[in-house]
Amino acid sequence: MRAGISVRAAAMAVLVVGLGGCADNASGRATGAIEGAGSVTVYSGREEEFIGPLFEQFEEESGIELEVRYGDSAEFAATILEEGDSSPADVFVSQDAGSLGAVAAAGLFAPIDDEILERVDERFRSSEGLWVGASGRARVAAYNTDTLRDEDLPDSILGFTGPGWKGRIGLPPTNSSFQAFVAGMIATEGEEPTRSFLEDLVANDPKLYEDNSSTVRGIAAGEIEVGFVNHYYIYEVAAEDGDIPVANHFFSGGDPGALVNAAGAGILATAQNPAGATELLDYLTAEEGQAYFAEETWEYPVVDGYEPKEDLVPLTEIESPDVDLSDLGGTLDPALKLLAEVGLL
Amino acid sequence: MSAVAEAADDPRTWMSRVRAPRGLVIAAMAVCLVMVGPLAYLVLRASEADATSWDLILRMRTVWLIARTVGLATAVTLASIVIGVPLAWLTVRTDLPGRRIWAVLVSLPLVIPSYVGAFALLAAFGPRGMLQQVLEGPLGVERLPDISGFPGAFIALTCFTYPYVFLLVAAAMKGLDPGLEDVARSLSANRWTTFRRVTLPSLRPSIAAGALLVALYALHDFGAVSLMRFPAFTQAIYLQYKGAFDRTPAAILSLMLVALAMLVLALEQRARGRARFYRSGMGTSRPLPPVSLGRWKWPSLLFCGSVTLVALAGPVAVIAFWLVRGMLAGRDVSLALGPAGGSILASSAAAVVAVIAAAPIARLAARHQSPLVRNVERLSYTGYALPGIVAALAFVFFAANFTPWLYQSLPLLVVAYVVLFLPQASEPLRSSFLQMGPRVEEAGRALGQSRLRVYRSIVAPLVARGAMAGGALVFLTSMKELPATLLLRPTGFDTLATSVWSGAAVGLYSEAAAPALLLILICALPLYLLVRRIEVERIEVRAE
Repeated sequence: MRAGISVRAAAMAVLVVGLGGCADNASGRATGAIEGAGSVTVYSGREEEFIGPLFEQFEEESGIELEVRYGDSAEFAATILEEGDSSPADVFVSQDAGSLGAVAAAGLFAPIDDEILERVDERFRSSEGLWVGASGRARVAAYNTDTLRDEDLPDSILGFTGPGWKGRIGLPPTNSSFQAFVAGMIATEGEEPTRSFLEDLVANDPKLYEDNSSTVRGIAAGEIEVGFVNHYYIYEVAAEDGDIPVANHFFSGGDPGALVNAAGAGILATAQNPAGATELLDYLTAEEGQAYFAEETWEYPVVDGYEPKEDLVPLTEIESPDVDLSDLGGTLDPALKLLAEVGLL
Repeated sequence: MSAVAEAADDPRTWMSRVRAPRGLVIAAMAVCLVMVGPLAYLVLRASEADATSWDLILRMRTVWLIARTVGLATAVTLASIVIGVPLAWLTVRTDLPGRRIWAVLVSLPLVIPSYVGAFALLAAFGPRGMLQQVLEGPLGVERLPDISGFPGAFIALTCFTYPYVFLLVAAAMKGLDPGLEDVARSLSANRWTTFRRVTLPSLRPSIAAGALLVALYALHDFGAVSLMRFPAFTQAIYLQYKGAFDRTPAAILSLMLVALAMLVLALEQRARGRARFYRSGMGTSRPLPPVSLGRWKWPSLLFCGSVTLVALAGPVAVIAFWLVRGMLAGRDVSLALGPAGGSILASSAAAVVAVIAAAPIARLAARHQSPLVRNVERLSYTGYALPGIVAALAFVFFAANFTPWLYQSLPLLVVAYVVLFLPQASEPLRSSFLQMGPRVEEAGRALGQSRLRVYRSIVAPLVARGAMAGGALVFLTSMKELPATLLLRPTGFDTLATSVWSGAAVGLYSEAAAPALLLILICALPLYLLVRRIEVERIEVRAE
């Protein structure tokens, strides 16, 4: 029985420590609320690895303390919808425009200062001024440079439906960027052309991956030759795995495959610290933020005058299809239905 | 009819003869009130449904998804029994060499989060995975068959859930009365007949309980099925949240999942049978000498070894490989001690609270089969039947709007863990109450002791084994919980699971590897204690 007693004692000790921890925590929160006129609570759907350093930089330069919660963009959107008027968040930073659009559609975002809005390329902000893009990500076909050259690849994503590509393509069907691409295609091309494109693609027996980075790894490992992903994943994977024989192929102007989506932010209508929240959005869309996204996360700046990494095709040369990014979330259901019907989901 | 059941007086009589103590019923109903929180939330959201949401749900696809998911859950449950029961017998009742270590090794896959495990299995056994690369040199294997889809989901879920069956059955085997087997053997039944007619029926409640935990886990899991790209029912729910941002169809689909779970629960309640499982004879129970395996020793070792290889060594090797590769590439690998503290704190609090909360429900379920008790028990399963994200959003809704002072605090996270995992505490507890039998309490009461005193001095020590097992299961499962933790944790509070997630979410496997290994290492200790504790008891009894 001795082992039993020691286990019980250990459990008690842990519990006591735990309750102490709770008490600490509660008092920490309380004092934070009193002094914290200066602090801003952020729900960040962008990962700490990529945006954490920028947040720290902002804290240092502005003197405003950030309380950042990290999680998944869409889950945060659902969380904010559930919290309604009681959300403790001031700012919602999201990976994709769809999540921002969902919160905006529920009337939970406050309008953003015109000065901030007008800096940003019109394609990458809410038409009602409820959220603003901070960086852009282009859809590309990443390809294996050992077996393919850029000129071997078609100008349009529709070119991958030919029989020559059978068994050579990969894609991540459950990934929200991929789904946004399909929603965008439905918006510009219509449902039937999108369906026949997807059916032809399925006939080519694409290999399905769980996310963008494993699609890129699949290309590097030679499981597939081409994958439909966001443009910056080849740099992310290279940062972890070392040099990989993968490059980006950009589609030509107006092609449905050339969608450029935005990651961005909005300020909650119920924000306790709207002034601090506005300062954060200002920072993300000003020089510091734009330079950071260009250099550290390999994304596209969305404000005029800032250049992306040199080997990226400039944003001005990518004519993305004419899609309102705010609406992609709302029109995603037809896309999901279509993906399910052709057997990709 | 089994020997056990035949020896008993009709259990229906004693079950209904004693009225449930009112205090217990009130306590159980109070716990249940918290447990049905997510259900209330879902009903609220579902009531907002209009024609379009019903249109979404009444697609043929929904029926197809349910069929697939039920198929997967059935296969995983059967496989878990086929793996878990023999392992329990080998490590508890035989002279298997190193059986105590095997007991820990084969329980350990339980602590590998299914999303991590599935990822590692893919990396290890995928078409161009590590195994293929090992085989390519000597054998020229260019590609292994693709395991994703049903086989992958089946393998991953089985690997990481069979320990529920193993642990519950092993605990029950240790509590078995060997006298029954002696009687059977003395009546010249051979070993197989004895096992089939005597041992197996006595194990029925624990097998059913373990199977229930496995089946419900397989129904609500999202991580493994989505990584293996097996379109399961939870995927439809997630897509509504993550793709369409529509909570109403998600709520209706979740209610369907709860209904499915209730069906499984009803099956389990039937499978428990009506037999009684406590000793009615005189004297103390006595341990049996272990069964000699003889020439079956090597096949048995091979069996334990292969299970350990696929479910534990494979995934751990892959994670360790990621860690080493990251370190060689010069990545800064931190030990994640802060998150480890956070995990241990939240999970041990959840384990203690869950055992306390489960006790009244388990006690009632073991003794009183009234419709009220049965419903209370069933409702206590709703949290466990739901995907973590759904239950988490229910807590977000209630806490943010009605108890903002509790929102995003540690106590709320602990309550959420309890709601999600209570059945893991109540199942082993109920089995313990069943094995104890009602006469013990009656005797205590007859000797003039108060009910409280009887509980403290007689009942508590006798069900301690179930409480330990239940607490350990809740602890281990809370350690790896992710979706609810992400949404409900205090700001800045990291656990090992959230650290694994933040590395894996950006494709940095080396960052995910250290906390994942630490998670497995930390969980090994309570598992070891659990296994050892039972061993110690056996030795003490033998020494008497």
